[in-house]
Amino acid sequence: MRCGVVTFPGSNCDHDIYHVLKHVLGQEVTFLWHGNADLRGCEFVVLPGGFSYGDYLRAGAMASLSPIMDAVKRHADAGGPVLGVCNGFQMLLESGLLTGAMRRNRNLRFLCQDVRLRVERDDLPFTEGYSKGQILRMPIAHAEGNYVDTEEGLDALESENRVVFRYVSADGELTDDANVNGSARSIAGICNAGGNVLGMMPHPERCAEEVLGNSDGLALFATAVGAAEDMALGLAS
Amino acid sequence: MSKKKQFKARVRVVPRPEILDPQGKAVAASLGRIGFDQVTEVRVGKSFDISLGAKNAGEARKALEAMADKLLANDVVEDFEVEILDGDAA
Repeated sequence: MRCGVVTFPGSNCDHDIYHVLKHVLGQEVTFLWHGNADLRGCEFVVLPGGFSYGDYLRAGAMASLSPIMDAVKRHADAGGPVLGVCNGFQMLLESGLLTGAMRRNRNLRFLCQDVRLRVERDDLPFTEGYSKGQILRMPIAHAEGNYVDTEEGLDALESENRVVFRYVSADGELTDDANVNGSARSIAGICNAGGNVLGMMPHPERCAEEVLGNSDGLALFATAVGAAEDMALGLAS
Repeated sequence: MSKKKQFKARVRVVPRPEILDPQGKAVAASLGRIGFDQVTEVRVGKSFDISLGAKNAGEARKALEAMADKLLANDVVEDFEVEILDGDAA
């Protein structure tokens, strides 16, 4: 099983994700250049954070049209695990793999801080290592993480159980203060209908080792790798 | 063979009315602060001046609408308007 981290012009979290997969989890990992049209056999694909194309037009808009994104879509359609973090989440929205859009943060500031997340789904390839209702601590670093969709779109997300993480207070309550960027319904991460595509604004790769003082993000990568391995072996449902 | 003409056009992209526009709110507050207290609302959008070749204005408009739909605007949060500014033969 091979993991692929896609590098776009302006990606800056690609090496962090590579590091977690390769050195913390001991996986085979390769960087995939956005301009190439295939995934070179990668079973687990990560779209990293950063400022692809300088965030020109809208964050993630240009990157969503990169040649590699057609291959990412095919992989996702076939049930392969795809994770988008921060700018990668924005790309998943712009490409239509996930629903909704991002606006500037409510306070118009770039937010770089730890947040608390409540796990809403513990049955996904990415979240089986957590339990529903568990509170995680993860860092965010973004200016455009204010998630929005139409009311119908948001209702569909809820009824289809596609909200994966929400911003909460330290004791797990949905409060306006805890919803730092102003996201609709405190949404921090969502998945597609199949549950194999996850987009999230917080950075699990920045909290995946004890030496960093926080390893809450490690289980996400560990379970995704396990699911991708099962898929590669043809064991997945 | 029909010759292509050069067109100049402007595509305006604005946040949809029901979408809160944090940038617009901040600009409105700043305008109030420097004395323009008659301002009741500001919506911040984008404008694209595009030159293109097309057989006629209708074809140019159609192409521009497709561009707005596919890339220039995100229809979850934004509306767009296409305006053909100038359609002189090249």
